Parts: sequence; C-alpha cells; structure tokens
Amino acid sequence: MLKLWLAEVPPRGKLYLALLLAALLAAPLFVDGYLLSVLILVFYFAYLGQAWNIMMGFAGQLSLGHALYFGIGAYTSAALYVHLGVSPWFGMIAGGAFAAAIGAFIGALGFRFKIGGVYFAILTIAFAEFTRILVDHLLFVGGSGGFFLPISGRSSNDLWTLRGAPVMFYYVWLAFTVGVLILCRALLSSRLGYFWLAIREDQEAAQALGIDTFRYKIFAVMLSAALTACGGVLYAFYNNNLFPSAIFSINRSIDMLLGAIIGGVGTLMGPIVGAFILTPLGETMTALVEPLKGLGAKLDGIKQVFYGLCVVLIVVFQRRGVWPWLWRRLGLDRGEGR
Amino acid sequence: MSGLTVRGISKRFRGLQAVKDVSFDVPEHGLIGLIGPNGAGKTTTFNLIAGVYAPDEGEVTFGGQRLNGLRPDQVCAAGIARTFQIVRPFGELSVLDNVLVGCLHAEADVSAARRRAGEIVDRLGLGAKRDQVAASLTLPDRKRLEVARALGTKPKLLLLDEVMAGLRPTEVDQMVAFFREINRDLGVTILLIEHVMRAVMALAQYVVVLNHGEKIAEGTPERVVRDPAVLECYLGEEAV
Repeated sequence: MLKLWLAEVPPRGKLYLALLLAALLAAPLFVDGYLLSVLILVFYFAYLGQAWNIMMGFAGQLSLGHALYFGIGAYTSAALYVHLGVSPWFGMIAGGAFAAAIGAFIGALGFRFKIGGVYFAILTIAFAEFTRILVDHLLFVGGSGGFFLPISGRSSNDLWTLRGAPVMFYYVWLAFTVGVLILCRALLSSRLGYFWLAIREDQEAAQALGIDTFRYKIFAVMLSAALTACGGVLYAFYNNNLFPSAIFSINRSIDMLLGAIIGGVGTLMGPIVGAFILTPLGETMTALVEPLKGLGAKLDGIKQVFYGLCVVLIVVFQRRGVWPWLWRRLGLDRGEGR
Repeated sequence: MSGLTVRGISKRFRGLQAVKDVSFDVPEHGLIGLIGPNGAGKTTTFNLIAGVYAPDEGEVTFGGQRLNGLRPDQVCAAGIARTFQIVRPFGELSVLDNVLVGCLHAEADVSAARRRAGEIVDRLGLGAKRDQVAASLTLPDRKRLEVARALGTKPKLLLLDEVMAGLRPTEVDQMVAFFREINRDLGVTILLIEHVMRAVMALAQYVVVLNHGEKIAEGTPERVVRDPAVLECYLGEEAV
C-alpha cells in the first residue's frame, strides 16, 4: 500500500520528503533544548492541523471548537493516570473514543437539523465554551485551579507512562505527525476519502450519487475529534499542567486551524508546511519583542496579531495556501498540490 | 409492475402549486420524454421522484418499491440516477474523479471503479479532459460530465434534466445516439426532460406534457406535437 501512495509522489518530492524526515530524526543530536521545544511546537501545530483538516479540508465541515476534543483527550487521560494509574496509551483510547462520541453527538445535532457552514461552526464554539465552564467546576480534575501531573525524574524515559525528557516527547510527536500524514494519504485515496471530497464540493450532488452524506459527515467529525484528542493526550503528558481556561480556549481552536489554512486547506502537506512557517516566525516575534517588554511596553497578544496578519496575507495573495505555491516552486508540479 | 409509476403526485411551495395530480408510467427499458414550457413543473417532478422533496400527495414506485419519503441517496440505491439541470460538478476534482465518485457507488474497489470511470469518460468524449478540474469545463462538457457521473452508479433508470441544452446540432445527434445505445444495449430506462425538440422527437417513444404543474397531454411524439392544447401552451392561444 505504502508503495502505491509513494508512486504518486514525484521523484523529487520523495527526495525532499526523505531529506526532511532524516533531518528531523537527527535534529535532537544537534539542537539545544529551546529549539527542540520549538520543533515540538511545530509538530503540535502540524498534527492538530492535519486532524482538523480531515473535517474541513476533506469533508468540508467547518469546526471552530476543536479545543473541545483536544481538552477531552487531555483531561480524560490525565484523570485516568493521576487517579487510577492508567497508562496514557489506554487513556488515549478512552479519550479518543470519548471525543469521537461527543463529536458524533454535536455532528448529529448540527447535520440532523441542517445547521450548516458558519452556524455549525458557532455550534462547535458553543460546545467548547460550555465544556470549559463545566471543567472549571469539576473538582476531581482540579477545577479552575488547574490539574497537575506528577513529574517523576526527567532523567529516565518511560514510554509506557510518557514520563521523561523532552527528547522522548520530540520523537513521540514526530511519530504521530508522520503517522497522521500517512493515515490522511490513505484516506484520500480510499472510497471514504472520495465520498468526503464529493460532500465538500457539492453535498446535493453527492447525495444524488448515492452517498449517505449524514453518515459520512459524522465519520469525518468522529475521526477528526479522536485524532485531536490523541494530540491532547500528548500535550497533557508533555506539559504536565492543564487549566480549563487555556485548554478549552477559543484561541487554541483557532491556533489549530491556522497552520492548515496558511499551508493549504484540503492538502496533505498544507498543515505541515503551515506549522513550519507559523511557529518559528511566532517564536522569533516573541523573542524580538522581549526586550521591549523590559521597557514597559504592553505587547501581550502580539503573536496573535502576527498570526492574524499572516492569514490576511494568505487570503490576499495565496488563497489556496502556501503549499500549492511551494509545490510549483519546488518543481513538483503536475497540477494540483496534494 | 416494474419500471417507474407516478400516481397523482402533487407538490405545493407556500402559495405555488408546482405540481398537481400528475400521473404517468415509465415502463422498464422505456425511453420517455417529459416536456413543457418553462415553469411547467418538470424539474419539480424530477425532484419528487429523486427524493429531493417528498410529494404532498400521491405515490411514486419503482420496480414495486415505494419511493415516497426516501432520501436522494436511498433513491439512488434503488437504482435511479439523475442529472441536474443546473449542473453541479465537483469543481475542484478532476473529471475522472467526478465520475469515479459515481462509480464508487456501484463498486467498492477504488482501482476497479477508476477503470470503469475511465471507460465512461471516454465514451462521453471527455477522455482528453480527464485530468482537468471539472470547474474548467465548458457548459456542454459539464452536461456530459453530469451524464457520466450518473451512469457511474449503474442505474436502472436514468433521469436526464436538459442535458442537451447548449449543444450543437451534431453534438445533439451524438448524444441521442449515445442514449439510444445505452437504452438498447444496457437496458437502461430513460426519462428525459428536454427542450431540444430535435432530441425528443428522435429519442422518445412516448411523451408526457406538463403545463402549470398539470399533465395536459401524453402520447407518441408525433401525436403530441399536433395536440392543440400543447401548441397553445407553447405558442399562445392566438397561434392555434
């Protein structure tokens, strides 16, 4: 199967992909702790952008509340670990299933009552927001005071409980990012993937061709939600602290989709390219304004302003995102950038 | 009774009676035309058959199965495929992938479905454009794409909504020959809405005429075009 998908990638594309992967695999040998954390942030954006892209880029359903699924994954796995000592990998299964179930519920609600487009997106925001308020009051996960995972000796790496040094998390995030890319590639060349694209392009025409649009849209939400929840699990065990106001915030939902939008919605490489563009620039921005803060300037949210500017530039100059343009620039062109 | 039977269907949109008590039969393997002036309720009739709307009254059955209340995808699963008068291509997908989506209804295996899609695309003369995105096609090509996509689902009954509008006379003749071929060789039953009388006269064995949502005439094409009621609704009272 893998061979089949790679056959569609032009030779030069294969070379670039292999070089990028090799560089990322070797990176921890050469970079310092700070750069490693930036790269982890890149994977975070790439992975979550990819998960969001399944729903929007493939099936055409806009969600602005993916922080909900992220938070469900993070809190479920953390609670299972702290209270019952359950491995995060089982927590991931539980959190993923829980998020998929909630996603199916929200999707069913929206699609059954024909709440589409922007109104559906508002529905997703609403659910994320009131889950945030709910978790604020759930004392067994710390409520609004925050939920903390015990940190036990960062010198030893335990993959089973995900307790260890940043390098371990680096490779776990990398594996997930590569894994979700392969999964999305497989989906796009599957029957399910074609049905999603058809629904995205024209729901009524898709239905006339025998596609049960309700069912396939629900699938998309469930898969997207479950994958996002898995990202939430990794986040929880990497950061070790969870605050409802940060985990379920709309900012997080927006951050998740920025990479995909800037890279190219509906493309496979878009979320990855977007993450590599946004994160380093955002970090540079933070570093640049740091001295100004010392002078008493109030510059909170400068990163968000900058991200906003990036989106505006993309919308004006490259409506389909950076990836289709980059694809042509790299000499990989044969039509549409996938 | 196999084939499609339409019995006394009506549909009202707010104050507008779009279709009123319309009945007709489309026998298995038949080739039937549905004509009438603009706004006569032809497309609404199609939408009532295809499950876009449920009829307020009356019944639609196909091969003995009652279609009332089924969703469009369920109607498609029952063996009925339709084209849209206002074409609805999957704009960002290639011509081949558009047809592939239709073929995937009948064939779960993607590579087998793609092969079949390729054959259909070739037969409709879109072979040279198979890798173009559908949004880049001209209107006549988009109409062909509608037909190709619908055929992909392996329908027993094909509902064609003005697929020949905008075609040149020679292209109309090609399409007519094509439909006659799939009707004869593959046994596909066809119900077509058409304004191009050249096509209706050449294709249809039997014609149903609608005006203001009601059936005003039916019969062989030769008889129907001489019917005073039909002439009146097309040309106005004075012309008769």
